[in-house]
Amino acid sequence: MPDVLPPDSVGIVTPQTLHFSEPLLLACGKTLTDYQLVYETYGQLNAKKNNAILICHALSGHHHAAGYHSMSDKRPGWWDAYIGPGKPIDTNKFFVVSLNNIGGCHGSTGPSSINPETGKPWGPDFPKLRVRDWVHSQARLADKLGIEVWAAVIGGSLGGMQAMRWTLEYPERVRHCAVIASAMKLSAQNIAFNETARQAIISDPNFCDGRYLEQNTIPRNGLSVARMIGHITYLSDHDMGEKFGRDLRSGSFDIGSDQEVEFQIESYLRYQGGNFAKQFDANSYLLITKALDYFDLAREYGDDAIAAFQNAQAKFLVISFSTDWRFAPERSHEIVSALIGANKSVTYAEIESKSGHDAFLLPDERYQQVFGRYLAGIVTE
Amino acid sequence: MRIDLNEIQNWIKQGSRILDLGCGDGTLLKFLNDNKQTQGYGLEIDAAQINLCIDKGLNVIEQNLDRGLGNFADNSFDTVLMTQALQTLHFPHLVLDEMLRVGKECIVTFPNFGHWKARFHLFTRGRMPVSDLLPYEWYDTPNIHFCTFKDFEVLCRERNYKVINRQVVNEQSGQLLKDALPNLFGETAIYHLSK
Repeated sequence: MPDVLPPDSVGIVTPQTLHFSEPLLLACGKTLTDYQLVYETYGQLNAKKNNAILICHALSGHHHAAGYHSMSDKRPGWWDAYIGPGKPIDTNKFFVVSLNNIGGCHGSTGPSSINPETGKPWGPDFPKLRVRDWVHSQARLADKLGIEVWAAVIGGSLGGMQAMRWTLEYPERVRHCAVIASAMKLSAQNIAFNETARQAIISDPNFCDGRYLEQNTIPRNGLSVARMIGHITYLSDHDMGEKFGRDLRSGSFDIGSDQEVEFQIESYLRYQGGNFAKQFDANSYLLITKALDYFDLAREYGDDAIAAFQNAQAKFLVISFSTDWRFAPERSHEIVSALIGANKSVTYAEIESKSGHDAFLLPDERYQQVFGRYLAGIVTE
Repeated sequence: MRIDLNEIQNWIKQGSRILDLGCGDGTLLKFLNDNKQTQGYGLEIDAAQINLCIDKGLNVIEQNLDRGLGNFADNSFDTVLMTQALQTLHFPHLVLDEMLRVGKECIVTFPNFGHWKARFHLFTRGRMPVSDLLPYEWYDTPNIHFCTFKDFEVLCRERNYKVINRQVVNEQSGQLLKDALPNLFGETAIYHLSK
């Protein structure tokens, strides 16, 4: 909790909710007749309405990307290092919109919302979502906010996939697209990690075929293990070693002792997993990781990424991190090569970092410079 | 602008698609975009230089030339440029091959190590030349593969590069001498090549 808000913070922010009664046809063929989106905004939309930036959130993302909800908040929003006055996404210049996607569990319509047809929580019956469904719902949010063209659509990881999809679905509505630590599709290894996480949830006895809310329970252990698996893939071997090494939290290896030993990393992962299980809905986790697995930018363009990007009109900024093994720099190289092949404007930087996939959320001088300078250049366009 | 960059623009067609290897702060790329309406990308590995390119609004790609140009399709650029970077590469001849695969033409500039000042320095002092143009000591220099105007001629013959045009330029004096004896009086060599 800050005693005084830092000068480069967007300050105290209040989430807003918008209801949409126009039915949304989803990629799976089903229709969401009625839904709501929770979002936050930072900065001011200018008179020309040409300074708006959309932040697409990553796997467990939240509409709360920057600032504090109250003075008693322990931590600011998840991308506070990058959004604020004078920060790379400068709220003195840009109007920033960050939302909780449909299917999420922080206020937007999702599996834990009430299904109007049954009066019970949607649970496992919530329609399967794909990245493009989020993009379409975000476009409706833009309509309601009066934003015809985004100055930039920005996302890290799964958010980067949304940002790329934006440029293909609504090419005329995106001037710049920033794709950070992302990929055009998951590798088999990525999918394997996601499936292992999902199985952890599904095999929890409290999962109850996804109807745990009706049973008044939560598959807490499964969700916790799922998060632990995910968490391992977001960190680098180096950072884990630096932070925890083989330090013990309890017990000892003394000869003659058969005390239970607990490593620091074990206790850390359990703590993170447990925390996540308190805040996140298991069905949302299944739904969102599936959307991640299904995403394949070029699938409907004959598996030709160059052909896919021919449709884009945006200029691109692509950033990767050297030790990110979840979305390795090679995945970003593929994006860049496809953009070059399609003769699109693209700038690419590979940030030297020790922090693995998580690096995209952490303060880093070079990353901040590249990002900030790029965005500074688009203000005057 | 550096004198070699000024010469190069004469060899670039209006509106062409170019790739600038080791583009530095993007001065040339920006100049060509503005004056020749070219479209293109710069490749660079130095973070500070990449930032300067971003400030200019250029398309800059962080890429190490020593790892090749495998991400670029054959003949996908009208001209591939490389100014004053040849001598920093681990395998200059392989990069030249790649340049001519990716581009229909290429333009290369490099400091001529056969220039009389370099020879004089080595001859009189017996030490590696350090000058305004080559301001590094031998042990910390990024320049690891110096060659002379003549050496490059030999390489072009050996690898069947077609020399469309060649020039030597000097920042200051010696304009007449350099035309008569380019290997001795030319500071910077500029080659315009094709397959």
